[in-house]
Amino acid sequence: MADALELALRLVLVLGAFLVLPLLVGQTEHKVMAHMQSRVGPMYAGGFHGWAQLIADGVKFAQKEDVVPAAADGAVFRLAPAVAMVPYLVVLVAIPIGPGLVGQELDIGLFFVLAVMGVGVLGTLMAGWASANKYSLLGGMRVAAQLMAYELPFVLAAVSPAMAARTLSLSGIVEAWEPWWLIWQLPGLVVFFVAGLAELQRPPFDMPVADSELVFGPYTEYTGLRFALFLLAEYAGIVVLAALTTVLFLGGWQGPFADQLGWLWSLTKIGVVALLVVWLRVAVPRLRADQLQRLAWQALVPIALFQLALTSAVGVWNG
Amino acid sequence: MSSWGSGLIRGLRVTWQNLARRSVTAQYPDAPPELPPRSRGVIALFEENCTVCMLCARECPCWCIYIDSHKEAVPPVEEGARERSTNVLDRFAIDYSLCMYCGICIEACPFDALEWSPEFEYAELDIRDLTHEKDRLREWMWTVPAPPGLDPAAAEPKEIATAQKAAEKAAAASQGQAAEETRDDGGGS
Repeated sequence: MADALELALRLVLVLGAFLVLPLLVGQTEHKVMAHMQSRVGPMYAGGFHGWAQLIADGVKFAQKEDVVPAAADGAVFRLAPAVAMVPYLVVLVAIPIGPGLVGQELDIGLFFVLAVMGVGVLGTLMAGWASANKYSLLGGMRVAAQLMAYELPFVLAAVSPAMAARTLSLSGIVEAWEPWWLIWQLPGLVVFFVAGLAELQRPPFDMPVADSELVFGPYTEYTGLRFALFLLAEYAGIVVLAALTTVLFLGGWQGPFADQLGWLWSLTKIGVVALLVVWLRVAVPRLRADQLQRLAWQALVPIALFQLALTSAVGVWNG
Repeated sequence: MSSWGSGLIRGLRVTWQNLARRSVTAQYPDAPPELPPRSRGVIALFEENCTVCMLCARECPCWCIYIDSHKEAVPPVEEGARERSTNVLDRFAIDYSLCMYCGICIEACPFDALEWSPEFEYAELDIRDLTHEKDRLREWMWTVPAPPGLDPAAAEPKEIATAQKAAEKAAAASQGQAAEETRDDGGGS
């Protein structure tokens, strides 16, 4: 009984984090992006510097009519937002925030996380295919091409810290992490982060939703709550990517006073990585299709392989 | 040829500097904008100065100024002189749905009857209400700010020199008259 209660509490906490953290990232993006462009961003909603802007947006989305195009494949069209969003919620269950502070400790945590994250992008593909819209379809095809290219370096880079820590458990990887990993795992860190950005289709890798070319890519036909779910999935994806980068490469809760303030260290690192995601969106223009492919196959994959070789060599050296 | 990635770094640096700098955005409906004195907001009419010379209406590239007038006889100032006639303004209207805010009418007016006012909040729901008749144009005159001051080393404006000369002449004349009066007084007693 106590076990079930504890599990329920953990899951409620994870759900709470899933609902709150993406909104925090979204609001930060609103304000930080605005100031980076010499604007001020939302100022009215909620009274103080537009803090309630995303809540107002949510209310607006909830009021809108739920339109399904006549020619669309209804079932797939309706299911797609859920398929896009739920995997990130599931991934969040397995990510440790502090020592013992995790939804569900898994021995094969890294494998689980990578496998489930791969599902999330299926939602975008489904949306692109089911919308019966040429722009959506083109966007979906671009998503497919992008994912084919970036899934490989993403996984290869994620393997490196697991090899170095000799465990697939996310908590185990954080336990084994030492500050000097920042240096010799740096190529892996860069590849993981960049490939993760591409997986999320965040700018500068937002070619699938390039609004100047494809209206809004796979999301063109979506309105109301289903569209809001896609947006939520995007920001949840940022949180998950930031959390995974933190856990795998930045030492998770490790830092001064890790026993008491471990969770704070984790959240701080996640926040910094999320801020970097926003910063890159503002500063870097969108990549073209050929540039995307070249970056993936000619830069990220070789670097990831080099990182794997380095990790193996160091692992063998240390016995 | 700059090195690879330098553009990326520069982009990150510029955006970070923007983030660190305070934004200059004015929250317009809450905070009134600070406009310079000759901002092209609306054109005000100083009706008393207008002589119906029609220069403004003729120079206007948009043909957005409407002027109607009639002549009135003014009784002669001196006995036996002939009667004078003067123009009386009946209608002066500017159609702001046509106006392109070039300010040529203001430049053309020889009697400073037209002025720029920085007021700009006169949007209307009906386009016909954008034609401001002369009473409304006269009201804008109250919002015309004083002209900006001269530069420190600027020459004295012609008007001031003329006024100064006139004042000096008047002062000299009154002094001379006063001296004459005292002499007359002295001779009489």
